[in-house]
Amino acid sequence: MRKSTLFCAAAAAAISSGWAMADPDDDELVINGEIEIVTEAPAPEHVENLDTIYSGWRFRTDETQALEMDDFDNPAMVLVDKAVDAYGMPDGTEAKSCASCHDDVETFTGLAATLPKVGEDGKLHTIEDLINTCRTERMGAEPWKWSGEPMQTMAALIVSQSRGLPVNVSFDGPARSFWEQGKEMYYTRYGQLELSCANCHEDSFGLMIRADHLSQGQTNDFPVYRLKQAKLISKHNRFKGCIRDTRAETFAEGSDEFRALELYVATRGNGLSIEGPGVRQ
Amino acid sequence: MRLSIFLAATFLVGAAATAEEIAPGDVVFEDGAVAQSLSGQPGDPENGKVLMDKGAGNCIACHSVTALSDLDFHGEIGPLLDGAGERWTEAELRGIVANAKMMFPESMMPSFYRITGFIRPGDAYTGKTIDPAAIAPLLSAQEVEDVVAYLVTLKD
Ligand code: HEC
Ligand code: HEC
Ligand code: HEC
Repeated sequence: MRKSTLFCAAAAAAISSGWAMADPDDDELVINGEIEIVTEAPAPEHVENLDTIYSGWRFRTDETQALEMDDFDNPAMVLVDKAVDAYGMPDGTEAKSCASCHDDVETFTGLAATLPKVGEDGKLHTIEDLINTCRTERMGAEPWKWSGEPMQTMAALIVSQSRGLPVNVSFDGPARSFWEQGKEMYYTRYGQLELSCANCHEDSFGLMIRADHLSQGQTNDFPVYRLKQAKLISKHNRFKGCIRDTRAETFAEGSDEFRALELYVATRGNGLSIEGPGVRQ
Repeated sequence: MRLSIFLAATFLVGAAATAEEIAPGDVVFEDGAVAQSLSGQPGDPENGKVLMDKGAGNCIACHSVTALSDLDFHGEIGPLLDGAGERWTEAELRGIVANAKMMFPESMMPSFYRITGFIRPGDAYTGKTIDPAAIAPLLSAQEVEDVVAYLVTLKD
């Protein structure tokens, strides 16, 4: 269901060039031999231009895919172990740790599948917001930097409690206006190259853009460990890079614009499994 | 007031005339094609070939070209460019490279010789903002001519 001119042109190129990697592969993802991951699902009704949604994992090479199939091979899980320590470490003027109030981290099972969500204050909250609220308001500690290692490893620890559960992010009621804002952004052709998220991740997924095999730009695998950068990458960091690469003035990590975009993109993945922390080149 | 505008205008016309270059805002498209050389000079296909791969051209990010198969990683977003010099006239190729959206409305292909109408334009790939007055076209007039001269050589 992509724009037909693009699709025909691209298909012609793929056939005659022999690069035809095209479209996701057929591999199935089971983590640690027990957590079954849904990497392909019917597109939710509100995603008008796609028939099927796919996890980004399906577009990666076999070598990269393998790193996500066992926690002993997943470099992100080494970092998650560090977060397990941090979870029990008192910090701030209250000298409290996360564990002082939340007991076992397993109590967060299911949370990541519903984020971001609107709080009682009417604002949209991402996992980073929820963690920093506890740090600043309940522990008397300094907020963590959005994409810094302490924040993203803690996010990965909490996200990993929901692995295998279906993404089910709500965009009704108070979330609706944020969702509309995010959708508007998704289809805006930013920058001097005039490319929207949809141009690359909706019209052209499955195709090569230079050395990159384009996925649908889903976020069910975040935070992801990027081998190239040897660290965990936040969703906002990824968005920032994608917009910057269109020769545009990008938005800041932790900006309201990226919160809204995060909500919209997350709802495009409703029905896939939470899979993070993932691994990417 | 009137006089200074008049003088400024004469000056601009004069400057453009000496360089024989057509400014991005003055390019005349007819059915998506541009008849006249943008630089007033012929293009250099050798430099055009370099631009297909490097810098602001980077055409093979989206296109494959068999004649350039010594280079890695050709894209699949746009059509294979083999035979482009037969499918299209030089004027059409100039129009496509200068502003592909005139030939293919809504095209994903960037407009390489246009400097206005962008949403949140940035300063190259820094992610920072740019003064709209400071925006340069992705390819200079001569570079467009060079790329066109290369495309003309792509016969089957
Ligand atoms: C002083 C007690 C306290 C400490 C310490 C604390 N929290 Fe919280 N946290 C709360 C309370 C109270 C809430 C809001 C009620 C709720 O949803 O559980 C909350 C909510 C959260 C939520 C959102 C839960 C949801 O369902 O919306 C997350 C995530 C969270 N905390 C993570 C952390 C992390 C990570 C740490 C350590 C860095 C931490 N908290 C430290 C008390 C605390
Ligand atoms: C010029 C094409 C292009 C545009 C425009 C673009 N991206 Fe991307 N994006 C990429 C490439 C290339 C990758 C890395 C390969 C992949 O997963 O597609 C990527 C990766 C991603 C990923 C990570 C997916 C994963 O599973 O690892 C997300 C999320 C994403 N993009 C979101 C966005 C959003 C949101 C926008 C709009 C603000 C956007 N992108 C605009 C090219 C683009
Ligand atoms: C972001 C991707 C992208 C980039 C970069 C790009 N193009 Fe294109 N190009 C396209 C698409 C897509 C089409 C198909 C037209 C359409 O329907 O939009 C196209 C069409 C063309 C055509 C006509 C196709 C044919 O042979 O029938 C030519 C010629 C062309 N491009 C040349 C270039 C050159 C030269 C460059 C570099 C200066 C370039 N393109 C850069 C995406 C791109």
